[in-house]
Amino acid sequence: MKEQLTIAVSGLNNTDNPGPGIPVIRALRDWKGKDIRIIGISYDHLEPGLYMHDLVDKSYSVPYPSEGSDNLLLRLEYIHQQEKLDFIFPNFDAELFTFMKLAPKLEQMGIKTFLPTVDQFEERQKYRLSEFGEKYGLHVPLSVTVGSVSEVTAAMNQFDFPVVVKGKFYEAFIAYNIEQVYSYFNKLQSKWGLPIIFQQFVYGNEYNVTALGDGKGTTIGAVPMRKLFITDKGKAWAGITLDEPRLLEMTHKLIAANKWRGGMELELIKDKDGKLFIVEINPRFPAWVYLPVAAGQNMPAAAVQMAFGEDVKPFTTYDVGKMFVRYSFDNIVNLSDFQNISTTGEL
Amino acid sequence: MLSWVLITSLSEGLKKCNMNVRIKSNVAVSDSGFVFDPSTGDSYSVNPIGVEIIQLLKEKSSTDDVLKSILERYETDEKTIDKDLFEFIQLLLNLQLAEKV
Repeated sequence: MKEQLTIAVSGLNNTDNPGPGIPVIRALRDWKGKDIRIIGISYDHLEPGLYMHDLVDKSYSVPYPSEGSDNLLLRLEYIHQQEKLDFIFPNFDAELFTFMKLAPKLEQMGIKTFLPTVDQFEERQKYRLSEFGEKYGLHVPLSVTVGSVSEVTAAMNQFDFPVVVKGKFYEAFIAYNIEQVYSYFNKLQSKWGLPIIFQQFVYGNEYNVTALGDGKGTTIGAVPMRKLFITDKGKAWAGITLDEPRLLEMTHKLIAANKWRGGMELELIKDKDGKLFIVEINPRFPAWVYLPVAAGQNMPAAAVQMAFGEDVKPFTTYDVGKMFVRYSFDNIVNLSDFQNISTTGEL
Repeated sequence: MLSWVLITSLSEGLKKCNMNVRIKSNVAVSDSGFVFDPSTGDSYSVNPIGVEIIQLLKEKSSTDDVLKSILERYETDEKTIDKDLFEFIQLLLNLQLAEKV
């Protein structure tokens, strides 16, 4: 692998609902012995990462995945002509499917990715979680997918309140009665479309694991974390790494079973009896991925190494009790920067 | 009924219950009284006597030995220490920082 790499990264929305882009970039910047040029990929002109010039060397606007993969590919071809990309790190759930489909074309262009297969991506979807748990022998809460409002009452007969009402890609609400279920159903449907997922609420403590699979069944890295402070959007504002072997065992079991390729985040609940339930599997690194890096496992760098065919040995240790605490910061921005990204799509 | 059992139990104290416990091996406690449970991420603050008891529970195999060590160092009666120590150990068990052996 070259010592100088040009890597495009999306998810620069380092807001109160942060994307993983900036933490992934910090991880790549920490990669010793590598000279990394970072190209930001942006969907919105006010994504904070666009203006973090100490982390992002150059940025380009790209069309939303909903505008079609051909438009995205055309834009990526242009960016590649300018920058000679070596690797692309897509970080949004909503764009991953498109990038997985484009991966063979990108490979032909000389751009590598390290993503799950479409089958792996699809089977861990929120609306297929029950099936997924059954297939791999993992505990998951009862989940039912609802494709229309007429199915809500029948579906709800299978649950006890409270019930978690989840959007297809993002957002979840806890409903304590049927009126709230209908209200959240309509809210999520108008924002993210159908289907909506109902999931049995599990009382207990939430835990998260950032992990990296090599695509052959080996877990290259895994670090568990407990959120210490949660925002009103349900995002971790502070967290701490844990020494909880059962969380790691479950991660290894899952990756060994479905041969996950790439980064992932597991969201788990431990109930009062100590039983662990997987409540969600996110198909990319989370926004707290820099915590595992600081704890000793640079998983984003390892993902790039594997994409280039390097033999990466699994991480075996990490620092327990390592914490992160987020902060907000008013980055002062010149109008010319905003003007450039708004008018030329480049910054 | 439950509260009656609890009160009876508390009034019995450590010695009558013949209870031996140990602090979980991965629980960390600093000299300043910061206690960290790395399996849950929970942390607590304890006062100097709390630190002393936790350190003793890490070293001693029997709570009776812990009781004797405290008695040797502090000028108070055995009954009071027995009761207070029992309550503190119950708290450690409830928080899953300690386990019965």
